[in-house]
Amino acid sequence: MLASFDIGALGHSFWALTISGLTYGSIYALVAVGYTLVYGVLRLINFAHSEIFMLGMFGQYAALMMFGFAPQGDAYDMGVAQTLMYLGLAMIGGMVVSGAAAVGLERVAYRPLRRRGAPALVFLITAIGASFVLQEFVHFVLPKLTNNTLGGLNAQQPIRLVSPSTQFTIFGATVTNVDIAIVVSALALAFATDRFINGTKFGRGIRSVAQDPVTATLMGVSRERVIMLTFLIGGVLAGAAALLYTLRVPNGIIYNGGFILGIKAFCAAVLGGIGNLRGALLGGLLLGVMEMYGQTVFGNEWRDVVAFVVLVLVLMFRPTGILGESLGRARA
Amino acid sequence: MTTTRIAETAPTAPPAPHLGAGDRLRLWWSALPRPYQWGIGVPFIALLAALPILRPPILTTQGTDFGGVLAQFGMYALLAIGLNVVVGQAGLLDLGYVGFYAIGAYTVGLLTSPDSPWNQTDTWLSRHWAWVFALPIAIAVTAVSGLILGTPTLRLRGDYLAIVTLGFGEIVRLLADNLQNITGGGRGLSGIAFPLVGQTPTRTKGVFSAGNTHLPLNFGTWWYWVSLALIIVVLLFVGNLERSRVGRAWVAIREDEDAAEIMGVPTFKFKLWAFLIGASIGGLSGVLYAGQVQFVSPPTFNVINSMLFLCAVIVGGQGNKLGVILGAFIIVYLPNFFLGRSDLFGIPIDGNAIADYKYLFFGLALMTLMIFRPQGLFPARQKLLSYGREVYVVARRAALAAAGRLPAADEDGAR
Repeated sequence: MLASFDIGALGHSFWALTISGLTYGSIYALVAVGYTLVYGVLRLINFAHSEIFMLGMFGQYAALMMFGFAPQGDAYDMGVAQTLMYLGLAMIGGMVVSGAAAVGLERVAYRPLRRRGAPALVFLITAIGASFVLQEFVHFVLPKLTNNTLGGLNAQQPIRLVSPSTQFTIFGATVTNVDIAIVVSALALAFATDRFINGTKFGRGIRSVAQDPVTATLMGVSRERVIMLTFLIGGVLAGAAALLYTLRVPNGIIYNGGFILGIKAFCAAVLGGIGNLRGALLGGLLLGVMEMYGQTVFGNEWRDVVAFVVLVLVLMFRPTGILGESLGRARA
Repeated sequence: MTTTRIAETAPTAPPAPHLGAGDRLRLWWSALPRPYQWGIGVPFIALLAALPILRPPILTTQGTDFGGVLAQFGMYALLAIGLNVVVGQAGLLDLGYVGFYAIGAYTVGLLTSPDSPWNQTDTWLSRHWAWVFALPIAIAVTAVSGLILGTPTLRLRGDYLAIVTLGFGEIVRLLADNLQNITGGGRGLSGIAFPLVGQTPTRTKGVFSAGNTHLPLNFGTWWYWVSLALIIVVLLFVGNLERSRVGRAWVAIREDEDAAEIMGVPTFKFKLWAFLIGASIGGLSGVLYAGQVQFVSPPTFNVINSMLFLCAVIVGGQGNKLGVILGAFIIVYLPNFFLGRSDLFGIPIDGNAIADYKYLFFGLALMTLMIFRPQGLFPARQKLLSYGREVYVVARRAALAAAGRLPAADEDGAR
């Protein structure tokens, strides 16, 4: 009936699972920042954020194609410097597409609603509609625009710049170059975002609007500009996460590939305390690791269930999340 | 003279009266005496029921069987009515409604499919009527599942509730996919029971069997009639609830939960009732699905379908139970209308491509609707719930007259 409980496997490969969980978790964390920032400023769950992430995957893929890479069976495996350069360029491609899409979404879909003072439900339904539109755009329209090289029903043939190779081992668990690249770049981006929000003038603007929009406006902060900036940061981070995700899951570039990941990232944001930047990071890493442990104990097919169960439990017992403070109150 | 007094006090009561075509129709309908309403309603329903026999030239779908499309509409209409209780009446956004649909369908599947380890058609469920007997069991099971989901989650509000219910819908699908020993996993359950009635030499398995493809009374038409009958029963039930204490509590919760709680409405209890009733209606629709298709498998219960049901409720107009039925009709019928059509009124079109793009169009429709008409195409109007509809009609007329939107001299002699 239910999958057998395999606690032994958990103990056996504990460190390997932890490392694998941390790589996924750092990707969730980057996407979760997008949810958390928008929620902090607008009290809105940007349901279409998962599609922003999905567009980022296509963005980095398109960037790689522009630099002359084509899908092939083996990885390209160039020198370290060259690989890093192209990965960086692909990441910028993903960031540009995702950032532009997020800002565009805000302009086209959310701003007219804000002008009308629509209730929260209306925003959520608009987000669902936007989610449909973006998915179906990649599903049907993008292949027509790009002569069937991008988008469509099936996943993109992967372009692998680098194949995972073991660099060193900790407690018997192997760590690959891909793992290192994902965790290090995710942490660097998260740190940069944290500095930006907590240490710059723009960040202070975002925090002030999150804390008290009316007073912030009276003090000369442009609420519209802050909202745009928030969507931009969320989009850019989702684009970066998209590249990291395709390093880990090369076959994941598909029109509906953002949905589950988006929900998990949202779970991560709630787990850490929605509206809390550092909470999103902590929640992402925790969720990634828990998911791996759960997958090992209950069986691979239950992996997605773990995230949902965690979400329900967190909301039931500690709805404010682990760190539980809002963006506005966090060291304002 | 009571009417005059109401007419004098009423103009301040209802805010900013609109007077579109819909309002005129609504006013006219509400003003009709009950027997007249039945006199118009019954032939209208009969006409709806006769649609698959009449097969009107432009309306009839070309790419798929018209009866089958109407049967599908029947199921979606039930789903829309059920979801409307949760979303439109009580104001609880449920994104995992497809889960209840799945539970209803899978309960029938598990009880009557030969693939299922719990198949009961040879023991205490009679072979001929297994579907009919499974129906109340499935409704009870979905009601309980609504209770199980609702008890922990209904303390949440708004967006959080939406995401948790979304997770629930996805968990139900994953369970169906993963518990292979019971649900058959991705292979699904086939050979689900359907009512064995009307067996003739040409229709060896009765009129409800998928093998009955004799036009116009093919199996789609028969299932459409069953769903039409169930829709009427459910509408009467839900309509009575709306006008009762329960319905008033729902409206109060929807408009302001804190205020309702303070005024002594046990909000949690009534939210749970809304969930339970909505779930049962969703389960009922799932039972219809399982019987008609005679096969259930996990992809049918994808969360994107949940969004489609929500689309029907939003497009139709939350809170208006007739509106959401029209919403369901739009959602089901429009893609099928274009399917297999190469020209429309002489204009050549690629109907199949348009039908393919349905989610794109629904998404755009949702976005534009939310900007320009967030209340939906056929919005609900707030009524004086605690008074009779006569009072409502008089008050409304007076208000319209006062606003100068209606000729002041009307037959009531008010003014």
